[in-house]
Amino acid sequence: MIPSGFEYHRPADVAGALSILQEHGDDARVIAGGHSLIPMMKLRMADVDHLIDLQDIDALKGISIGTDEVTIGAMVTQHELIENDALAQAVPIIREAALVIADPQVRYVGTIGGNVANGDPGNDMPGLMQCLDARFELVGPDGTREVPAREFYEAAYFTAREDEEILTKVIIPVPAAGTGQAYEKQKRKIGDYATAASGVMIQTEGGVCTAASIAMTNLADTPIWCEAASDALVGSDLGDVACKAAVAAAIDAIEPVADNRGPVEFKKHVAGVILRRAIDRAIARASN
Amino acid sequence: MSKMHVKLKVNGREVEGLAEPRTLLIHFLRENLKITGPHIGCETSHCGACTVDLNGKSVKSCTVFVAQAQEAEITTVEGLANDDGTLGVIQEMFREHHGLQCGFCTPGMITRAHRLLQENPSPTEEEVRFGMAGNLCRCTGYQNIVKSIMAASDQLNAQKEAAE
Repeated sequence: MIPSGFEYHRPADVAGALSILQEHGDDARVIAGGHSLIPMMKLRMADVDHLIDLQDIDALKGISIGTDEVTIGAMVTQHELIENDALAQAVPIIREAALVIADPQVRYVGTIGGNVANGDPGNDMPGLMQCLDARFELVGPDGTREVPAREFYEAAYFTAREDEEILTKVIIPVPAAGTGQAYEKQKRKIGDYATAASGVMIQTEGGVCTAASIAMTNLADTPIWCEAASDALVGSDLGDVACKAAVAAAIDAIEPVADNRGPVEFKKHVAGVILRRAIDRAIARASN
Repeated sequence: MSKMHVKLKVNGREVEGLAEPRTLLIHFLRENLKITGPHIGCETSHCGACTVDLNGKSVKSCTVFVAQAQEAEITTVEGLANDDGTLGVIQEMFREHHGLQCGFCTPGMITRAHRLLQENPSPTEEEVRFGMAGNLCRCTGYQNIVKSIMAASDQLNAQKEAAE
């Protein structure tokens, strides 16, 4: 319950945050909503000498919805994602996923940037962002770069972000009109990380699948974007045979580990059930 | 670690004190300010017994450093009574509908219900249950908490109509 002491910093801009990060290296951590970091600090599993609070940095806030892309500031909270009707119009799967993350209090504070940067395979946004083929903007001492969500996750708590970088934006391509989208999550109770979860997007034309994207959450030490599963749907009539092939490919791609949520065999079974539900829902929502 | 000068507005009153940045808001409220309505039921941010209203949001004060809350406006259950000391509507409805037993979750429940009803003045039962899902109760089985909040919603809406 009791974290160890730290020096607290509250920079007014990204440059200020970067210079503190550079000065203190490994000893410094940024804090966004704090709802993964503070729990870890309370259990003394994270040791932070310099805590850099990003809450005053306006450049990390706000949702901008363009025709082709949606840009979401890293400090945008889950609550703000849910409340934003224009975002729900442009990319409805985001609200659907945010509503199965944590609980109301946590959603008021927890941010999209923290969720995707945390690196815990239990987080839901990373798989969702892989499904959406989003990109993350990172700002560091050498400037700004973008990393695709599909290349960002290396292992549990290991990502492509360097210690001296701050994840500043999430950039999401707006799915084509009529794209069926679904995020399905099996969990033991409210606020739990997924036993299995899946994000699915499907485009159709005349009953034929023209594009598909499938990602799986908390079924390996990173989120898994399943290219083979997506490919199993494209060109098909989205009938039972194609859906079963996609599910089989996804189960083949995941590597769940046994924990309190169940043994490996069970998780693979649940993953198949969840994915099939997500596919069916995405199909039902696709138009054209 | 050196202490910082903390200034907050709690239940409409300016308050201040000295605390290390690592001090959790719940501890600052309870130990420095002696506002002991908000409780601590866990160390993993699940139970919501520490819920306060922070700048218009329901927040678990066990998962906020006091440093982060500098200059914040906070409402606790103590701030939800009427000015004359009688119970506020939500408090009264928890009493009338037996929405508490041991009372340990109650301050967090009521403070969360306060924000829920600000955002959604006429929630369905399902919306109440979902909207209260960040607050655990060991005693009531939730049913009477839901009734209390639904009743508070009706009363507050009736009051609002009467005032218009």
